[in-house]
Amino acid sequence: MSGELHVQNLGKSYRQWGSEWRRMASWFLPFIAPREEHWVLKNVSFSIGPGEAIGVVGQNGAGKSTLLKLITGTTSPTQGQVQLRGRVAAILELGMGFSPDLTGRQNAYHSAGLMGYSQSEIERAMPEIEAFAEVGEYFDQPVRTYSSGMQMRVAFSVATAFKPDLLIVDEALSVGDSYFQHKSFDRMRQFREEGVSIMLVTHSMGDIRTLCDRAILLDKGRVLKDGQPDEVVDYYNALIAEKENANLNVEQRREKNGWLLTKSGTGEARVKKLQLLDAVSGDELAVAQVGQAVELRLEASIHADIPQLVLGYMVRDKQGHVIWGTNTWHTRQVQRDVKSGEILVFRLPFFCTLGPGSYSVSAALTSSDTHLVGNYEWVDNLLVFDVINVNQDFFIGSNWLDAYFSISTVSPR
Amino acid sequence: MFGMLSAAWRYRFFIFSSIKTELQTKFIRSKLGGLWMILHPLSQVLIFAFVLSAVLSAKLPGIDNQYAYAIYLMSGTLGWSLFAEIVNRCLTLFIDNGNLLKKLVFPKIALPLIVTGSALVNNTLLFVAILAIFGALGHMPGVEVFWLPVLMVVNIALALGLGLALGVLNVFMRDIGQVVPVIMQFLFWFTPIVYMANIIPEEYRSWLEFNPLIPIITGYQNILLYNHAPDWAGLGVIALIAMILLAFALLLFRKASPEMVDQL
Repeated sequence: MSGELHVQNLGKSYRQWGSEWRRMASWFLPFIAPREEHWVLKNVSFSIGPGEAIGVVGQNGAGKSTLLKLITGTTSPTQGQVQLRGRVAAILELGMGFSPDLTGRQNAYHSAGLMGYSQSEIERAMPEIEAFAEVGEYFDQPVRTYSSGMQMRVAFSVATAFKPDLLIVDEALSVGDSYFQHKSFDRMRQFREEGVSIMLVTHSMGDIRTLCDRAILLDKGRVLKDGQPDEVVDYYNALIAEKENANLNVEQRREKNGWLLTKSGTGEARVKKLQLLDAVSGDELAVAQVGQAVELRLEASIHADIPQLVLGYMVRDKQGHVIWGTNTWHTRQVQRDVKSGEILVFRLPFFCTLGPGSYSVSAALTSSDTHLVGNYEWVDNLLVFDVINVNQDFFIGSNWLDAYFSISTVSPR
Repeated sequence: MFGMLSAAWRYRFFIFSSIKTELQTKFIRSKLGGLWMILHPLSQVLIFAFVLSAVLSAKLPGIDNQYAYAIYLMSGTLGWSLFAEIVNRCLTLFIDNGNLLKKLVFPKIALPLIVTGSALVNNTLLFVAILAIFGALGHMPGVEVFWLPVLMVVNIALALGLGLALGVLNVFMRDIGQVVPVIMQFLFWFTPIVYMANIIPEEYRSWLEFNPLIPIITGYQNILLYNHAPDWAGLGVIALIAMILLAFALLLFRKASPEMVDQL
C-alpha cells in the first residue's frame, strides 16, 4: 500500500478563554465560546499522491510546523480535516525521547517502541538500524557520549527503519555530516521509488529542487503557491524581498521554453533589454559554444532619481543550481546619483567556460549588495541560452576547465 | 474508552520498555540504584520509630511483639507510598513529558500506565524489603497477606483517578501543581499511619470517615500487623468511589486531550 494525504480546508486557531474555568466548562458545554481566537493556519488544502514528494517552504511563523503537527496528529485541527491512507513516519525532531544514560541500542528499542512496534518487529529491524547508523561500537555506549551528528544518525536510522507510507521530515537532516546527508537522501529517494510519499520541510532550496516533485509555499498560515519546485522557490525568494519593499509586486509566467520567469521589484529602475552577444561580431546569440568569447549586454532604464544602483547577475543550470553570480557592488562599480530618464548600458564580456547544457541568467537592479533592501527590479530567468561543445574535446559537467593530461611512464623498481 | 484500551494494548511493548528503562536509568549512574526507592520510605519509618515509639507503642493492644509500632508504621507506609507516588507523578506527568507529546504521536494514556507500572514495581520491592525486616523482627504475617493485591488494586484505582484528574487540570492551571503537595502533606497526617486512630478524641473521630484513604491504610495494617482480613464494607465503598473518580478522570482526560498539547 502506498501513502496518500488529503488536507481539506485545514485550520488551526489558538484560543484565548479569558479564564481557565471557561475553557473547562467548554469541554462539557459546547455552547461556551472562546473569548478570542488567533488563527495560525487557515483554509489550507492540498493533496499528496502515492510516491509524490513535496517540499514545504515558508518563512518562520508561516505555519509549517503547525501544519506538520496537524498532519501527524500531535495536535488537533480547529477546522477542516486531514485524511491519511497508510502509515505515517514523522521526523519532527531527531532524538526525541532519547534518554542520555541509555545506549544507542537501548534507545533505538525504546523509540521504535514509541512508534508502536512490537518487540519482535524491532528485534528483526535492529541489525539494519545498527548498520545504517554507522556509529560503530558507540552503538552500545550511552547516548550522552555521542556527538549531535551521531545522535542524529541513530535517530534517523530508527525513524526510517520501517518503511512508512508517508514520510514527514522537518529540517532534521541539517545536523548530519555531508556523507550521512547523502545517505539519508538516498534512502528517501529509494523510498519514493517504492511509492512512499514524502513531505519535506526545509529552508534549503537545494533540497527541494533535488528531492521534490512539487512545492508548497506557506505564508501567514495560508497556501500562497502550490506548484513546481522552481516556480515556488523563485516566488519565495521574491517574497522575501517583498517583506522589505512594501509596494512591490511579484509577477510570474512560464515561458515557452519551460523556464519560469519571475519578476519583482519597486520599479525605480527597470531592465529594458538583456542580450547575449558574440564579443567579436556583436551578433545576438541563443546558442553559445564552449570557449567562445561572449558578452552579456543589459540596458537599464531609470524611472526615478536613485542614490545608488547595483546590477547583479546569476547564472543557473536547468536544475536551478547557481553556476556563477556576482554584482557591481562586489566589483566596486556601484553607480551613484543616477538621474530619472537615463539609460545605462552594462556590458560584461567573458569566455564561455560553461559545459554543454541549458542555462538561465537572472538579473537584479538593487540599491545594495542584497536584494532585500531597495529591490528595484529582480527578474529570474530573464535570458535563457544553450551551450554546445563544437570544437573542444569531449567533457562532462557544467564547467570547462581547459585542462590536459600529462602522462609519463614510471618503470617499476 | 475501549479505543484507549486498545491503543494502550498496541503500545504494550513501549509501556513495558519504558518501565524497564526507568528502572535501568536509576541503576546506571548511582551505586545503590533502585535501592533508593526502598531506602527513602524505610528511613522515614526509622525516624518515626525512633522518635515516637516511646509515646505510641503502648497504644497497640493485643500485640506482644516489642517492635509492634515499627511494624504498624511499615504497614501504613507501604500503602501510603504507593498512593503518594502515583498521585505525585501523575500530577506533573503531562508537563514533564510536554516535549514528547508535542513532537510524537502515541497514545497519551500510555503515560499514566507507565507511572502505575513503575510505582507498582517499586512498591513490590518495598514490600519484599518489609517482609524481610518483619522476619528479622520475628513477626510473620498470616495467609491474609494474599488479600494484599486486592487492596493494592483499590489503592491504585483511587490514586490514578485522583492523580490523572489533577494532572490534566495542572496543564491548564499550574497552581494545582503547587497546592497538591501541601494537601498531600495534610492527607498524610490526617491518616493514621504514624499514630493510631484510637488516640484521636472521640468527638473528632467521626471526621475520619471523610478520608477515603483510611479504609485502605487500615486494611494494610489489618493484614500485615493484626493478621485480619480487611474491612470489606468500608473498602467496597472506597472501591466504588475510586471507580467513579477514575471514570471521571478518564472523561476529563479525553475532553482535554485535544487542547492539552497546545498548552504545554
